[in-house]
Parts: sequence; C-alpha cells; structure tokens
Amino acid sequence: VGSPATEHMKMLCCLLSLLTLACPSAADYLDEPNLGSSLLPHYEHDHADAVGSSQDTRLQIFTVDYNNVQIPYEVTLWILLASLAKIGFHLYHRLPRLMPESCILIATGALVGAIIFGTDHKSPPVMNTSIYFLYLLPPIVLEEGYFMPTRPFFENLGSILWWSVLGSLLNSFGIGLSLYGICQIEAFGLTDLNLLQNLLFGSMISAVDPVAALAVFEEASVNEQLHMMIFGESLLNDGITVVLYNIFIAFTQMHRYEEIESIDILAGFARFFVVGLGGMLFGIVFGFVSALMTRFTHNVSAIEPLLVFMFSYLSYLCAEILYISGIMAMTACAVTMKKYVEENVCQNSYTTIKYFMKMLSSVSETLIFVFMGVSTVGKNHEWNWAFICFTLLFCLIWRTLSVFALFYISNKFRTYPLTFKDQLIISYSGLRGASSFSLAFLLPGKLFPRKKLFITATLVVIYFTVFIQGITIGPLVRYLDVKKTNKKESINEEIHMRLMDHLKAGIEDICGHWSHYQLRDKFKKFDNKYLKKILIREHQPKSSIVSLYKKMEIKLAIEMAENAMKISESSTASLQRCRNRRDHRLSPAEVESMRDVLAHNLYQVRQRAPSYNRHNLPSNTSEKQAQEILIRRQHSLRQSCRKGNSLPWGRPVNATSMRYLSLPQDHSGQPTRRKARHVTFTALQVGRSRSDTPKVIKAP
Amino acid sequence: MGSAQSVPPEMRALAERTGFTSEQIEQLHRRFKQLNHNRKTIRKEDFDTIPDLEFNPIRARIVHAFFDKRNLRKAPAGLAEEINFEDFLTIMSYFRPIEMDMDEERLESFRKEKLKFLFHMYDADYDGIITLQEYKNVLDELMSGNPHLEKESLRAIAEGAMLEAASACMARTGPDEVYEGITFEDFLKVWKGIDIETKMHVRFLTMEAIAHCY
Repeated sequence: VGSPATEHMKMLCCLLSLLTLACPSAADYLDEPNLGSSLLPHYEHDHADAVGSSQDTRLQIFTVDYNNVQIPYEVTLWILLASLAKIGFHLYHRLPRLMPESCILIATGALVGAIIFGTDHKSPPVMNTSIYFLYLLPPIVLEEGYFMPTRPFFENLGSILWWSVLGSLLNSFGIGLSLYGICQIEAFGLTDLNLLQNLLFGSMISAVDPVAALAVFEEASVNEQLHMMIFGESLLNDGITVVLYNIFIAFTQMHRYEEIESIDILAGFARFFVVGLGGMLFGIVFGFVSALMTRFTHNVSAIEPLLVFMFSYLSYLCAEILYISGIMAMTACAVTMKKYVEENVCQNSYTTIKYFMKMLSSVSETLIFVFMGVSTVGKNHEWNWAFICFTLLFCLIWRTLSVFALFYISNKFRTYPLTFKDQLIISYSGLRGASSFSLAFLLPGKLFPRKKLFITATLVVIYFTVFIQGITIGPLVRYLDVKKTNKKESINEEIHMRLMDHLKAGIEDICGHWSHYQLRDKFKKFDNKYLKKILIREHQPKSSIVSLYKKMEIKLAIEMAENAMKISESSTASLQRCRNRRDHRLSPAEVESMRDVLAHNLYQVRQRAPSYNRHNLPSNTSEKQAQEILIRRQHSLRQSCRKGNSLPWGRPVNATSMRYLSLPQDHSGQPTRRKARHVTFTALQVGRSRSDTPKVIKAP
Repeated sequence: MGSAQSVPPEMRALAERTGFTSEQIEQLHRRFKQLNHNRKTIRKEDFDTIPDLEFNPIRARIVHAFFDKRNLRKAPAGLAEEINFEDFLTIMSYFRPIEMDMDEERLESFRKEKLKFLFHMYDADYDGIITLQEYKNVLDELMSGNPHLEKESLRAIAEGAMLEAASACMARTGPDEVYEGITFEDFLKVWKGIDIETKMHVRFLTMEAIAHCY
C-alpha cells in the first residue's frame, strides 16, 4: 500500500460523506415500503399540497422541490455510493484478497441504513414484489446465463443437475422440517409457525449465492470440476428456489391448508418439473428466434444489443405469464443465443452487450445489497434466539449432509470422484446472498404474521455466511491445498512440474478428452449443417483474413522455437566456472528469487476452470497468449535486425550481456551472484534498475 | 460401448501389452481415426488439426514425443515418420493412471517409464544427457509468455537449475570433472520425493472422465 492509495482513500471518504450529507432529511410522508404500493399517486398528491401551500406569497426566484425527484435521486445516490465503495475497495489491493466484494456492498448498505435511520428518513420503496421480480432479478439472471462457460457446464451436466436439484430439495425440506421440529418445542415461543411456513422458509434460506466462493477459487486455481460444480449449482439454484417458493406460497394461499391432500403434493411435484423444463424450452425457442433476428441486422448494428436484451427479457416475461420459471427461460435463452449472436453482431455491439449486461447486473445486485443493509438498521426486526441460532445451525448441517450424501452416491458413477477435500470446500462455500433476502422480504405479510422473524433470521444467516465464511474460505482453500506440498520446491521441480502440466494438457487435447464427446460431436455436426446456416450471417472477409494472419503468426512462432538455438560460449564458460567451485551452493535467497521469476513468467497452463466473476468481465487468456507469442517473435526479430543477423534465430544475447556492469570473465566469485541479483530485479519488475552497488555475498 | 461381444485377438494382445481395457482401446481407436482422417497412420501434420493444442507452448515437443523412437521403443534415437495405432497406444500408455492392484515392482517400473518419457522430452539430441542448452531451450518455450524477460535471466535460471542438480550428485563426480549435464539417474533423484504416478496421468474415457489438474 503506497501513499497514493491512502490519498485516494481519503478523497473517497470525503466524497462519500459529502454525498450522504447532501440528502436533506426530508419530511416523512412516504410510507414504509409495503406490498403493492405504487409510487405515483403518493407524491403527486403531496406535490399538489406543497404547491397549494406556497401559493399566497410572491413569485419565488429560487425554489427547492426535493419531493419531485426524491426517489430517483436517492436510488442514484445509493448506486453511486456503492460504486465509490467498490472503487475504494479495489484501490487498497490487499482487501480483495481478504474479503469478498459482497462484504463491502453490505457494509455500504448498512452505512446508508444507519444514516437513514439516524436522520429518521423514510427510505424510498425500492423493493416490492413487482419491482424485484420484474426489474431487479432479470439482469442478474441474464448475466449469469450469458457468461456461463458452456463447455465445462455441459460436460458436467449430469453431476450438476443431480447436485443442484436434489441438493436444493434436500436442503429446503431438511431445514424446513428440522425447524418445524424446533418450533414444536413450547419453550421457544414459536408454536404458531406451521409446517408450511417452515418449509417455505427452508426453501428461501437454501438459495446459495457463491460469487464470493468462486472468486476465491479462481485465485487459488482450484480444479475445474469443483469450480463447475459450484458455478452450475448457483445457476440452477436460483431458479429452483424461486419455483419452490412459488409453489409453497401457492399452497399457503389455499386457505384451508389442513386439507392439502396427497394429490396436491403430487401436483406440486409435477408442477415443479413442468415449470422447470417448460422454462427451458421457452428459453431455447426465444434464443433461436433472437439469433435469427441478429442475422439481418448488419445495416442497423446500433440496435443489436437492444435485440439481445429485449428478446431475453421477453422470454422471461412470457414465461412468467404462464407461471413457468422465467429464470430458467432466461438462462436457457442466454445460453442458446450466445453462440450465434456472437458470430453475427459486429464487434462494437458485442462489447456493448457484454459491458451493459455486467453493468445492469451489478446495479441490480448493488441495489439489493444496499437495501439489505438499509433493512438491517431499522425497526423491521424480531429477535428470537432459538429460531435464529437453530436456523444457522441447520443451514450448515444440512448443507454438509447433503453434500456428502449426494456426492457419495454420485461418486460411484464417476471415474474421478470428488475427494473429501473437495466436498469439504463445496459444503463450506454455501454462502447466502441477495436472493434469500429478497425472497424473505417479499413474503406476503398477511399470510405470514411473523414475517419480521423470518427477515431477521435471513439477515443473520446472510451476514454470518458472507462475512465469516466469505473471509475464511480463502485461507481454508489455501490451507487445504498447501497441506499437500509442504516441502520447499527446488527450481528443478518447479520447471518440471510446469512442463508436466503442459504435457498433460496437450495429451488431453490430443486424445480428444471430454466425456460424451460423441454427443458433442453429433451436436456439432447438426449445428454446422443446419443451425449455423440458418442463424449465422455470411462471414465478413475482413475477419477471416485477420484470423488467418493470426494462425500464421502462431505457426511461425512455434516453428522458430522448434529450431534449437546454438550454444553460446559465455553460458558454458560461466557454468565451468561454477563447477570449479566445489562448495558453491545457491543461497536460499537466490533460489527464492529464481522461483519467483519462474512463477511469474512461466507460460500459464491454459486455464481449464471457467473464469467467472460477477463484478468484472473475464479476460480472454487464449487471445492474450497468442498475442504474446506474436509479440515475442517480433521482439526477437527486432533484436536480430539490430544485430544484423541474417537468421532470426541466430546467436542471441551477447549484446545483452553488455548491460551488466561487470563482465563475467575476470572475477571468479561474483558473476553468478550478480546474475542472480539481476534476476531478482527483473522479477520484481522495478523497471530496468540495476544493482549499482553489486553486493558481494559470501558463500554460506 | 463395445458392441462386439467377442474381443478380436489383436485387441487382446494390445490390451495386454499396453494395459488399457477394450473400451478404452476402442475409444482411442475412434479418436485415432478422427485424427488421421481414415488413413492408416498419423503424421506430424495431423496434429495441427487439434485447435486447442495451438496454445500449448511445448506443442512441438509433445508432437515430437509421439514420433520419438525411444518412446516407441523401436530404436535408441531418431524420429519416426508416421505412427500407426499401436504406436499411438504405446505413447498413450505412458499416461495411464496407476491401478490399485499394482505391486511394488510394477509400480517402480511404471514410474521409471513415465520419468523416462519426461526425460526424453528434455533430451532432444538423444545422447542421454540433458545439457545446459537443452534445458535452456525447454525453459525458453515455457517462458514464451513474457517478452520482457531477458535471455540472461533465462540462462541464469537454467544454470541455477543445473547447479542444483549438480550439487545433488556432487558426490559422484570428482573435483575437476566437468559436469556434463543431467543424466537419467540424476533426473530420477530430482523426482524422488514427488509421486509422478498420481500427477502424470490422463483419465481415459469411461464415463465422466475429467482430468484433475492439481
């Protein structure tokens, strides 16, 4: 952390406080956010009042009318505040390693909530059922579906379906039933919570939001399976939870719920499947339609993003009309449409779509988290020790149970079972997030007289999981990983390991190594023969030349590496010198520095795990790698031209040795040390600073 | 997915020699046919059709390894022009995972085989020793991601690595002997602590085969 960072932080803090002070504590004529209240009649009515009262004085030159813009103003302020907090969060670069980004959003929300509560101001009604389900939820779902890495997902589809569907069901029913059991105990004062309410609560609280866990996994480069499991689970989990939630609410609304017969329960099950699968079908149809549309848009490329968004949104809404899962529909639509749309739209539209999607989902999530923070500091609570503690306990217990039980079974069908360590990590990464809170908040108050209790319990679980589990999952993953390789690695080992990783990746590619690749092959053939012809526009000549050029460059670069370089005398000479000193050992510092260089510079093994981060776009690593080969070749070409060599791979680097302050030939003890020191500096990338005072280090 | 009930004798011989099961052999055979476009053998150019391999920095070495006669157990040196399915299987068998029922001796020889494969990847000139230059070449390829890393640093690292290996077997050479390079025995020593059997393997298809990259 340098001082510029702290300077920025200070500036941000000043800005933040200024912004918050800028909301005057207006009169509280806006009611608390309640269900079904629409905004317009309220403030128009008051606006008329305000106008009427000031009618009798002179014409005002300067008037203030806050009421007009209060709601958009405050919502915008919230979003800005959260964005500033995010900026600050990322400026201080040690923070993202410590805690997930959701923490900072919740903290901001709590701050805003504290301010609102402190100034006795009524918060704008950002959250009611229609707003949430119609405006806040779709962007999040769309973004998840669009950025999903399709190939690993479909490779693991069986396990993911098994795990997420059954896991959600198991969790919901498990938590619900156990809590119902607890409620039966007289001493806790919870006997008025019936079975249905508990089941509903169970389904709400089992909605997992593992964005934080995924961020940690990416950093710790966890294996692809684990990554995909959690990612796939989160994708389907939202849909499943909402479906369950709606089913249970429907049950609750059947007033005489004692008369729920088995036929209703069966109907519930059937409805679950109809809703889920129907949603997917809807989504696929819409995806194809929108892909078809984008085929014809090359003259009006400005509306391409619009098409993409509107069609996805339409799929969501159409599904909602029929009470089919809009989430599934939208996800399926995004997944289907992505491949074809990306081929059809122009580059700018593609970028726009990606960024706009990220922005929308970021805004939605921010709003929800801030609102969550706002609700925390308020009078919306009912605290009941037993309920809350047992909820927390059961969440943890049931998640662990379901993980181990389900994977025990599914491991029998996998050739490569998920280890105990993996399962531990999966069970620990069950963080709850925005969706649980929203569902809790939107419970119909009439049907749930103890709604506040539910909200409080949900909030506690969310806070606990996000803060405590979110912060500790990083160290846990690293601990579990590190535990295996305790000993210090030597340079040789590092190099060999890396070589082997690449080798393994190469062999996997060669032996065509995915499961069901025949299925994938068949789909690809079908795709190529029919779908692509219908849905994709003809290739622009420009793009194919570019890709051809790229391919050629890569080939040339690889060929160049193939031709062995000639041995340069200086290197063998220096090695001879080293050999002569019998007791020359590389000091640990040198080994460290060399290993650092290796770690930073070794060509990264092609990332198998899907790189997903809710708050940022993933970088396209394969493009980068190709580019780097290109750059390297040009770099060496330039070097060879400078030296006047005819062959691009001629004798290297006698020129570079002249950059050293002292040439190796004369001194016996020092050169290798100096080289190592230079290596250190390059590794730290402190520019080209050389060690001006060569330190002479005695051999240990 | 084997439809034939009776296992043809060649297949059984192959299975015995390479240790694959018949399903795996069939699977690999299908892949082989895909790669060679229904000819009999594969050449180096056929590996170009694999798109994901492009981004592998040691791509050339891997393809080389397939044609390396030492790996094919045909000759102590040289490159084959083309390989048939049997050779393909031979190479793939280096990457078989270990089975639970292997005894110590087989485990040891298995391990040695894998390490030999790796050794051949470094040793490009077939002399049985990894010299500094060869090591440097490998390092070069592995580091091809960073254009700013100077060749000096690469050389320093390569030398450091050789020094490490040298110091590990200093007892063998006399005070004035020149350390030529890493021999296979030295190589084995480097790998002593690491269990290569669990790392150097690729799951060959049965059901949901997904590689586990540590």
